[in-house]
Amino acid sequence: MSRMAPIARTLRHPSYRMAMVDMAGTAVGIGAWGLVTGVVMVKSGMSVGMAVFMSLVVYAGSAQLAVIPLMAAGAPLWVIWLTASCVNLRFVIFSSMWRSYFAHLPLRQRLALGYFSGDVIYVSFMQRFPEPRPQPEQVPYFWGAATTNWLAWQVPSLIGILLANVVPLSWGLGFAGVLALLGVLLSLLFDRATWLATGVAATAAIAAFALPLKLNILVAIAAAVAVGLLIEALEKHRQHPDVVLVPSTAALPPEEKRRVAAGDEVPLREEEHP
Amino acid sequence: MSIDWDTVLAAIAILGLAVITVISRAFFMIPERELPLPDWLKRGLKYAPLAALSAVIAPEILMAQGQLIGTVMDARLPAVLCASAYYFWKRGILGTIVVGMAVYLPLHIALGW
Repeated sequence: MSRMAPIARTLRHPSYRMAMVDMAGTAVGIGAWGLVTGVVMVKSGMSVGMAVFMSLVVYAGSAQLAVIPLMAAGAPLWVIWLTASCVNLRFVIFSSMWRSYFAHLPLRQRLALGYFSGDVIYVSFMQRFPEPRPQPEQVPYFWGAATTNWLAWQVPSLIGILLANVVPLSWGLGFAGVLALLGVLLSLLFDRATWLATGVAATAAIAAFALPLKLNILVAIAAAVAVGLLIEALEKHRQHPDVVLVPSTAALPPEEKRRVAAGDEVPLREEEHP
Repeated sequence: MSIDWDTVLAAIAILGLAVITVISRAFFMIPERELPLPDWLKRGLKYAPLAALSAVIAPEILMAQGQLIGTVMDARLPAVLCASAYYFWKRGILGTIVVGMAVYLPLHIALGW
């Protein structure tokens, strides 16, 4: 019983429920995407049992969609694994942010958190907790979001596997998944830097679409990070520093020294007349 | 009882994919000590999630068969415009999906856009 106690406490935590509410809208889109992925697995020629196994064990929508045609074509294992690794590279970047919140937990829990994290969980978590420091309600919040995401993905995915021949792919139901990600993306745009970075990422992803292994996603991330940093630097440059009068005898306090070093302030020594 | 080699190979591939899921998503959480990242990179990484999202969806909206679409008679374009407009009006993701699909499905299924 003692092993179950922390789980029960997590399930009853208000943050757990809050995360489920935050994720509810997006869950519909994730579900549509899961359904399509389930159908695609079986339509590619995979047996129902193997498709169920893949859905439950791999649990990675974009990587699954990328490797399903490779597996169907009998590609070598290393090609399949390399493709999945490249598609998953964005999660490596996200994991550096997760670390600021969960580094204090034991390794087994950190691995579990990693396995159950996804794009949409990452975004809603970061909006709830923009400050990168650990707080006790973060773990229940994470599991609330992760449970919603898991159910929203796995249930439709299994339905898709079982009803593969009934669900019409030509209707374009997977577009609901794109719309869910669009909504999440729009929620991240609030200033010139984020809008420009998004435009650059979208352009780069399309321009580099012909690259193998879905590397266009990585090209887009690199381009957007560069543009974001550039805009931050430019905006800093355009801002005029304040002139601050400083008594000629006093030393600059450390806080002012930092502001001077950052270029926000120019100290001006006051002349002393005896 | 004979063992189907293709099935074994597929199972191995799938187990490997599961390991990749864990390692990639937990990557920087795995070491006990923090790997030092330069400060500019940490600031820049806050643009990574929105870049990854736009990189995933932009081709889904603007491309067909690996080519940029050359027509405005594509159901995805009005759907995305209406969905975005709804998002900025009400800020709800569920409504964004519903509005987008309400525009997309009739155009796509009935008119074949």
